[in-house]
Amino acid sequence: MSDKVSLFLGCLIPNRYPGIEKATQLCFEKLDIDCKDLVGASCCPAPGVFRSFDEPSWLAIASRNILLSEEMERDVLTLCNGCYGSLAEANNKLKESSKLREMTNEHLSKIGKEYKGSVDVRHITEFLFREIGADTIKLNVTKPLGLRVAVHYGCHLLKPSRDREFESIERPTFFDSIVEATGCKSVDYPDKMECCGAGGGVRSGLSDSALSITNHKLSRIKEADVDCIINACPFCHLQFDDGQKEIKTQGGEDYAIPVLHFTQLLALAFGYSPEDAGLQFNVTDCSSLEEKLVHEG
Amino acid sequence: MLKGTASLESAIENFDILKCMQCGICSGSCPSGRHTVLNIRRLVRRASHDPAVMEDESLWMCTTCYNCQERCPRSVRIVDAVLRIREIAVHQGIILDSHRKVASLLLETGHAVPINEENTERRKQLGLSELPPTVHSVPDALMEVKKLLKSCDFEEIVED
Repeated sequence: MSDKVSLFLGCLIPNRYPGIEKATQLCFEKLDIDCKDLVGASCCPAPGVFRSFDEPSWLAIASRNILLSEEMERDVLTLCNGCYGSLAEANNKLKESSKLREMTNEHLSKIGKEYKGSVDVRHITEFLFREIGADTIKLNVTKPLGLRVAVHYGCHLLKPSRDREFESIERPTFFDSIVEATGCKSVDYPDKMECCGAGGGVRSGLSDSALSITNHKLSRIKEADVDCIINACPFCHLQFDDGQKEIKTQGGEDYAIPVLHFTQLLALAFGYSPEDAGLQFNVTDCSSLEEKLVHEG
Repeated sequence: MLKGTASLESAIENFDILKCMQCGICSGSCPSGRHTVLNIRRLVRRASHDPAVMEDESLWMCTTCYNCQERCPRSVRIVDAVLRIREIAVHQGIILDSHRKVASLLLETGHAVPINEENTERRKQLGLSELPPTVHSVPDALMEVKKLLKSCDFEEIVED
């Protein structure tokens, strides 16, 4: 593993929540992280749907994204649990199985490319925790935030655990520790490790099923009385942010809980404004959070 | 069945479906099963002997959170099996319309969620490039993605 990375944007961040992309740029500049755009990358492709449709196609598209980073001699850095799950799983499968590598490289030969298996796939939370560290993040914070937050790890950051090296999938702490480095309190709440409901193609295929899982999770978070939800995945982000509107529209509760990707929280703690981090583009209004930040500041 | 498709029998063998003792830890760990008709324990049993499992809509209610697979005392690779059974179903033409639409977006644009006008505007306001540095701004890269999908017969697999 190296601390030189290429940034894999995926679909939802650049095309639905560009504020996360902007916040990431601001944070990387501040932390002096050696990161370059992975130019010409595509969808990872989304594991719940495309892997479910055809594994060889999933591997072919994923391997192309990885080899673009191999050509740059950099590890792939993702800001999304889905992209991380997809690319890390594909990378592990291809590194382990010469048969799959051969099959995939046969497809890749048609575009004059070859997958070598020379780089790793990283996720923003574990990358910041391991390569930068909570203490260094804390040293760079110019505006400790003092918020009560509900941390949502999401599923594919941690699981399947067979090729990941985290301390625990049931009660992990690394994400909480970098969140708390911003001066926030990570509040414990029931079902903290539960799914947002969106993954596995459920949101795109059977949205009502997805939403009932989301509603449950939001009800638990509401009980914890927090200022916002902090996630590490734009798909969880979308499901909580847009999901609140969908639940309200269907006659359900109006939760009104702001939803932030970790990079947006970090940008705020580095002194950037909510507008710099694109919070104005969220579906669920963030003004309660903004007022609190002004008040605290 | 299209070439290269695995059989249900191979899925049963590869993912240790027959090791299941029906203890129910999977169902007790399932966030979807708390709120939907998905009964993952029953689905695993059905997969062991009934090919009609492929038409079971609850296959698509799994969010692939992996709780069941992580906690299974017999190490049955439950989610890996669900993904494989879905794949076999799709190769037989059993696929939700909304999923077919997501597949067509990938085929056309290289993204499952492509850019729209609202977000090019947001990008400009944030001082980002109007189009992201992905396949969206590199036509040759999109051509590569299309060639790869063609090489994999992806369109044939997901089409009507």
